[in-house]
Amino acid sequence: MKQVVYTIRENAPLTAKVWRMVLSGECPCDRPGQFVNIRLAGKFLRRPISVCDAGEDSLTILYKVVGEGTEQMSGMRPGETLDVLTRLGNGYDTAKSGQNPLLVGGGVGVPPLYLLCKQLLGEGKKPRVIMGFNTSDEVFYEDEFRALGVPVTVATADGSYGVRGFVTDAMKGVDCSYIYTCGPLPMLRAVYAASDVSGQYSFEERMGCGFGACMGCSCKTKYGNKRICKDGPVLEKEEIIW
Amino acid sequence: MVDTSVTLSGWRLDNPVIPASGTFGYGYEFAELYDINCLGSLSIKGTTLSPRFGNPTPRIAECPSGMLNAVGLQNPGAEKVKTEELPRLAKCFSKKVVANVSGFSLDDYTEVCRALDGEEQVGIFEVNVSCPNVHGGGMAFGTDPASAAAVTRAVKAVTTKPVYIKLSPNVTDIVAIARACEEAGADGLSMINTLLGMRIDPRTRRPVLANRTGGYSGPAVFPVAVRMVYQVYEAVNIPIIGMGGVTSARDVIEMMLAGATAVEVGAANLVDPFACRDIVAELPAVMKEYGIEKLSEITGGAH
Repeated sequence: MKQVVYTIRENAPLTAKVWRMVLSGECPCDRPGQFVNIRLAGKFLRRPISVCDAGEDSLTILYKVVGEGTEQMSGMRPGETLDVLTRLGNGYDTAKSGQNPLLVGGGVGVPPLYLLCKQLLGEGKKPRVIMGFNTSDEVFYEDEFRALGVPVTVATADGSYGVRGFVTDAMKGVDCSYIYTCGPLPMLRAVYAASDVSGQYSFEERMGCGFGACMGCSCKTKYGNKRICKDGPVLEKEEIIW
Repeated sequence: MVDTSVTLSGWRLDNPVIPASGTFGYGYEFAELYDINCLGSLSIKGTTLSPRFGNPTPRIAECPSGMLNAVGLQNPGAEKVKTEELPRLAKCFSKKVVANVSGFSLDDYTEVCRALDGEEQVGIFEVNVSCPNVHGGGMAFGTDPASAAAVTRAVKAVTTKPVYIKLSPNVTDIVAIARACEEAGADGLSMINTLLGMRIDPRTRRPVLANRTGGYSGPAVFPVAVRMVYQVYEAVNIPIIGMGGVTSARDVIEMMLAGATAVEVGAANLVDPFACRDIVAELPAVMKEYGIEKLSEITGGAH
């Protein structure tokens, strides 16, 4: 963990509810799948947001406006600064991926898969991506993933774009060596049930501190009690208790 | 050179700043960030006789100037605290700790204190009486003077270490409870625990916390804590560890003027992991600003 003051470089909507914020500053992130915890004026608790992309001196987060905190973030302008705790959580381990990992994201679970995808490509692996949304208006980052040169399948629950149905419908018949996934709990459960390969699942929980001190986000696993913020957010398929 | 040291029942602390139980784990997460030996002491995560997972999640909710928590005393149990957590903490913290203990019956309290009584690392016991008494219809020990006194007597009988009772603010008359603890032999008091609160999500029309209610902490409760410490200081002759919404060296001084001998810092650690280090660092300058040379002399100075 490190505390960094970032300067907002960009902050713009990708869809009606999902925004992209690019931050400039040092020491962005160790591993894909980690998150940052952002302090906002007038709010007591920080807001945990997954890291979508990280460069030498920049960090990209995609966030959905769902409450007062994220609403406030959407009103911030380039040049403003943010007090951020960064390098939080364990992140994805790419060593276990095999040659053909499948990346499955749902809604705002898609962002952390982007940096993961880049890293897997950098290691000479051949990832493919399945992303699920409710409707065509909510689709984001399809072009960004395609620009990396990986196969991308988009599923929409209402059938308004791509494959009609859920990510698990798009997974049918797809061969893969391993699964990396992030998304809402019902989606994680469905991916778990629909796959016969191992994988890593990224979970979301309301957090107090975000760095393992308060036990606010504990869950039970087959390997004992874990803190989603510190021992997670990524859990191995084999340890998950639903 | 100003003197920041204070003394709790004969135990000298370099400064009065103590991270509060449940907001600092067993110290390791913070020891990765800075040398935690700058702290006066630290109060370990509330320890029960048996291991506890705690409440279902969500356990945390945002509030104006604070937060609700309903963690539910997650801890590995007294035996593991003794054999694993305390030895691990000793590697990064050379001072004595405040051992925060909880129970759901008198036997629970005495067994936990017995288990930890021989530990050189434990400076004092801080006995949380905000838990429900399973043999008393589930009412918290700390909401009734007779029950709080019974816990105090039971714990005092099994340990030679100083016993501080951590009082609940969710009572009609905290002074009566404080007096009952003093009469039962408490060496000191620790106050205040969190204020019972609740948030409801208008979208789901359900409480935010899975436990429905939780403890309110953070700067919002600071004036309540100062008031209660002030009232109790007038009524008892034992030292008070003051806490509740402390976030700065100025708050530490205000809490001490109300009547506290030492001060715990809780929720602030969760949003600013450097909060306690920074408070310790700024204390000398703030003391100078207020013309304080010896910090221990200001306890109760507002009376």
